[in-house]
Amino acid sequence: MDKFTRITATACPLNVTNINTDQLLPARYLKWPRSAGLGKVLFQDLRFDRDGREQADFPLNRPQWREAKIIVAGRNFGCGSSREAAVYALYDHGIRCVIAPSFGDIFAGNAVQNGLLTAVVPEDVAAGLMSHLTTPPNMPVTVELEQNTISIGHLECGFGIDPIRRLRLLNGWDDISLTESFRDRISAFKSADQVRRVWAFPAE
Amino acid sequence: MTEALTLIDKLWNAHEIVRRDDGDSLLWVDRHYVHEGSFHAFSRLAERGAPVAEPGLTFGVADHYVPTRGSRDQIGNPEIAHMVRQIEENTAKHHVRLFGLNDRRQGIVHVVGPEQGLTLPGLLIVCGDSHTSTHGALGAVAFGIGASEVAHVLMTQTIWQRRPKRMRIVVNGATAPGIAAKDVVLAIIAKIGADGATGHTIEFAGSAIRALSIEGRLTLCNMSIEAGARCGTVAPDEATFDYVKGRPFAPKGAAYDQAIEAWSKLTTDAGAEFDREVRLDAAEIAPVVTWGTSPEHALPIDSSVPDPAGEPDPARANELREAIEYMGLRPGQKLNEVLIDRAFIGSCTNARIEDLRAAAAVLAGRISKVPGLVSPGSSPVKRQAEEEGLDRIFRDAGLEWGESGCSMCVGINGDIVAPGERCASTTNRNFRGRQGPGARTHLMSPAMVAAAAVAGRLSDVRPFLTRRKV
Repeated sequence: MDKFTRITATACPLNVTNINTDQLLPARYLKWPRSAGLGKVLFQDLRFDRDGREQADFPLNRPQWREAKIIVAGRNFGCGSSREAAVYALYDHGIRCVIAPSFGDIFAGNAVQNGLLTAVVPEDVAAGLMSHLTTPPNMPVTVELEQNTISIGHLECGFGIDPIRRLRLLNGWDDISLTESFRDRISAFKSADQVRRVWAFPAE
Repeated sequence: MTEALTLIDKLWNAHEIVRRDDGDSLLWVDRHYVHEGSFHAFSRLAERGAPVAEPGLTFGVADHYVPTRGSRDQIGNPEIAHMVRQIEENTAKHHVRLFGLNDRRQGIVHVVGPEQGLTLPGLLIVCGDSHTSTHGALGAVAFGIGASEVAHVLMTQTIWQRRPKRMRIVVNGATAPGIAAKDVVLAIIAKIGADGATGHTIEFAGSAIRALSIEGRLTLCNMSIEAGARCGTVAPDEATFDYVKGRPFAPKGAAYDQAIEAWSKLTTDAGAEFDREVRLDAAEIAPVVTWGTSPEHALPIDSSVPDPAGEPDPARANELREAIEYMGLRPGQKLNEVLIDRAFIGSCTNARIEDLRAAAAVLAGRISKVPGLVSPGSSPVKRQAEEEGLDRIFRDAGLEWGESGCSMCVGINGDIVAPGERCASTTNRNFRGRQGPGARTHLMSPAMVAAAAVAGRLSDVRPFLTRRKV
């Protein structure tokens, strides 16, 4: 997994609450392997009409935000389905950080597994950032994970992230290797558990 | 004196292998359910050349892509056929038991688990599907995970998690006749919001929850995720023990006796603290429908579509306006005047036998004004419904009687609602395009869908129940 330390990039405002993973990646693309290019179908039904033409007014299609690597959105971003492919779609489209007042729990867990930062800010801060982004000049946003700060021009604010997720992103840790180091503890738990909870194993 | 613990803490502690100083825990997984969508994780295993650590605790189900209409032997769409074949190959390769397309026990994973006695009180259960919260209804800790976590569980039978905050939702009193578990949970989501329980595990408690059947509790916990909670649970009781007893994979003999002893302790101790507590009065819950594009857009059937003009917060007003526009409604429009094009009874939320009975009780001797599909939650549910003659009631009413699968809840097997069509649905998500691009979904209980089908518009089911057995 790629590490995340800091990014300076164009940020795109998406002033919508409850953006769910069905919107990030409609279910009909769930059959696709990641190698098929999930980034190009990110927000498919919002970015394009039914004939595949770009919806000019969707923020990610606007000239000033096409190259965005950061999204600022309303509360409960990534709610709904557990599809990790929604994170692949964001990441493969080039998005490295989403800033919002809250995130769906499963989405936030999937994000950290793939090097995507979910930065939590209060509602008024998100609204303030969005208003900056929609007022020219279009300035880049810097997100610094070491310091937990978001800055745009002379403005700076903090953001929240679970401390463990923060460490994982900073170090690019892989859960599997971490878990392997506890192999003996897992075996010991299993042996004791088979005595303690005989009923917990499938009967058939 | 020992510390007073919540049910959630007791379940968590029983599975904790390692607790790190930073607060993350490595947890033992008792059951891992996989389905066609788990292919990303199996690919990860293949890349590493890793085996499945505990094939005996891993169970595969074909549900998301399986056809519900026509022949199941020949799947016309090659991409869909590939998805079903892929889970067959992946489970066979790793010696994982599969309830495949032609297995008598096949069904939706969240129906099959409890039905087969795989889901038990006291277990920790994961699956790469957000509605895994369903299994908490039996007093388990159960939550949906993403593909990376699925791969991790396959390789290690463990998962890293941070202990969630604890939320108790207490519903006391008695619900009025005609009120279903779906109405209760939609009323809860309307009250706390679609992110009201984010970061929390919910324990549902109170006399109205106790009064729910196990099937009702499964509906309730299923929709915890629609309130933001990855996991919802109900303390097991006699009803739970009766439900579990004798099911194929449930403990038998001495193991059953030990289980009952252990399960009886799975309650929240007096004085245990919750991070948040919410209370509802069951008597105030009316039949509920959703009008918008989030499950939190839920209102009693006798109310009207909200008017954004009356909303002081401009962002909220804009959200309402967009939802109303997508749904093709008018501000202030009475909900029971909204005409529907289609009905769907199915999904892991509401396709168990009691759900089908409730819908059939309304439909018996009546005709649906709109086309519709009934997809039973599992193949055993289908057989039981046919034994009870429910299939005939649905067919006589003009609805299609299909096979079991996720079907029109997620629309990836080809069962979709056409663009612009309005569907009264027993499913869990009314998101934009959830049932197909441009589809408009109204969520409600099975009896409410039946009433909407008969009236051709969203309707209060209660007048339909007069002199009928519910």
